[in-house]
Amino acid sequence: MNNLLVLPMLLPIIVGVLLIFLRTFGRIQAWISLTTMALTAGISGYLLQKVQTDGIIRLDFGGWKPPFGILFVADSFAILLVLTSSIITAICLSYALISTSKELQTMYFYPTVLFLIAGVNGSFLTGDLFNLFVCFEVMLLSSYVLLTLGNSKRQLREAIKYVSINIVSSWFFLVALAFLYGAVGTLNMAHLADRVAEVGQTPLLTTISIVFLIVFSLKAGLLLYFWLPGSYSSPPIVTSALFGALLTKVGIYALFRVFSLIFHHQPEITHTIIGIMAALTLIGGSLGAISFNDLRSIAAYNVVVAVGFILVGLAIATPAAIEGSIYYIIHDMVAKALLFLLIGTMITLSGTSKMAGMSGLMKNYPLLGWSFFIAMLSLTGIPPLSGFIGKVLISSAAIDNGSYVLLALSLLSSIFVLYSLLRVFKNCFWGETIVSKEEQLPLRRGVVIPCLVLVGLTILIGLGTESMTPYVTNAAETLVNPSIYIEAVLGKIQ
Amino acid sequence: MESLIIILVGVLTTVAIYLVLSKNVVRVILGTAILSHAVHLLILSMGGLKLGTVPLLGEEAVKYADALPQALILTAIVISFAVTAFILVLAYRAYQELGTDNLGAMRGSDDE
Repeated sequence: MNNLLVLPMLLPIIVGVLLIFLRTFGRIQAWISLTTMALTAGISGYLLQKVQTDGIIRLDFGGWKPPFGILFVADSFAILLVLTSSIITAICLSYALISTSKELQTMYFYPTVLFLIAGVNGSFLTGDLFNLFVCFEVMLLSSYVLLTLGNSKRQLREAIKYVSINIVSSWFFLVALAFLYGAVGTLNMAHLADRVAEVGQTPLLTTISIVFLIVFSLKAGLLLYFWLPGSYSSPPIVTSALFGALLTKVGIYALFRVFSLIFHHQPEITHTIIGIMAALTLIGGSLGAISFNDLRSIAAYNVVVAVGFILVGLAIATPAAIEGSIYYIIHDMVAKALLFLLIGTMITLSGTSKMAGMSGLMKNYPLLGWSFFIAMLSLTGIPPLSGFIGKVLISSAAIDNGSYVLLALSLLSSIFVLYSLLRVFKNCFWGETIVSKEEQLPLRRGVVIPCLVLVGLTILIGLGTESMTPYVTNAAETLVNPSIYIEAVLGKIQ
Repeated sequence: MESLIIILVGVLTTVAIYLVLSKNVVRVILGTAILSHAVHLLILSMGGLKLGTVPLLGEEAVKYADALPQALILTAIVISFAVTAFILVLAYRAYQELGTDNLGAMRGSDDE
């Protein structure tokens, strides 16, 4: 039954290839890909339950035992993220089905999204550092295509920057892999962890880990986020929502995995650097979020703030902090997708992405307005919504650890997020209605449904935290104690 | 031999960075292609450049070459080929739409 583990990556790839032949049938493609994502979510849910009862599952491809073969390893952390990303993708696809233009839908949009999610799921599940690189590339190539679909001048310009930066960061990834292979002679993550622990983390290995830190920071938007606002605010909104919810999270996942499993022996160097980067990210993201008048840029900078906040948890690295980070990653996927979809709907309705061009939407579209209100509260971290528990855990861990600077910055950044979104809420939903009742575009019910599902999810995660706790605690435990992971992969520790 | 290859990697990286920092899109793309070549050579030399036969069971070879870096390079070459092909098409489309291949001139206002 371990073979189920390959399906979250295999299923989207196979279906994506099949959908290429159905290019002209937009609706059929949408329904097939929706079904695929629902199936993937179901499989990941089953696997999550299985991991909870039987411990970490692994799948050795071709029967090659680790450390010789390549493998998929599923611990709670990976599977939780696979489950969340599958659900979010399904919701974004349903929004695409309803709201995007026919041109986009028949230009290989759905196959590309499926390849993207295959890359994302593969990155979460792989137990081999080189495969992480390969899955990254699968994901990035799909994201390049998604970024350029739509063909506006601005997208092409942003895509050139985005692709160039990612080629350079992939180059760094390969350099780091080469050095690491030269230093310890293996690429299996558990085996690496074992060997690095054996020889002790020498300065050379710490240097290599910092190269990895640069790579994953570029992908996650930790401090090196200069490319992010431009790229995330130019493509069609569904693409932005997918990017904002998934892409940065893969970089974050890689950071967590590498710095909790392999390079955790010199936290005074690596985790300090991560802490400083997270602090600067929080500052930069907060300033960006309040300084723009373009809704999409505001949303993009909100992505940056969240990345900084999640990495505060890794910098502190106590079990409680890691747990808080995991809660917050899951919350952020849901809330960011919701924010982007709502903003996209607002832009569609008012025909502009500038704040000045919208006013008094509340009168015409109350449902949209209150959804935005809930999204805002959720992103700020107000109970009983999903952002609360992560913020509480990370903050209390910061207090216990004495990281008062990070604590202050995290809490201040929440206020900045609240201010930036409140400004949008006040200017766009309240005030004089520009459009009269007769002229207003009808809000199709279908467009709101995905948003409402996400609102429901954020409330559900907030209220049902207790039912999530065993899974998240298990995930955090595996991250804090690398020996569990190593033992599950290598059998017993030699 | 290893030292020679490492120096070559350094030279290639230098050339590539010089190209990537230029204003012309095509030169940037050539730069990224050379970058990936440099890193492929680096991976190869990291496995050790041994003289020897292929690593087959039952061959009883005294020395054999490390096969893993070669597998990694094969994968990396395919990926870099795909990405280079994509970015060439992207540059061509951008040239058609924006009417320039100069990165400095591509800057536009945000409200197009």
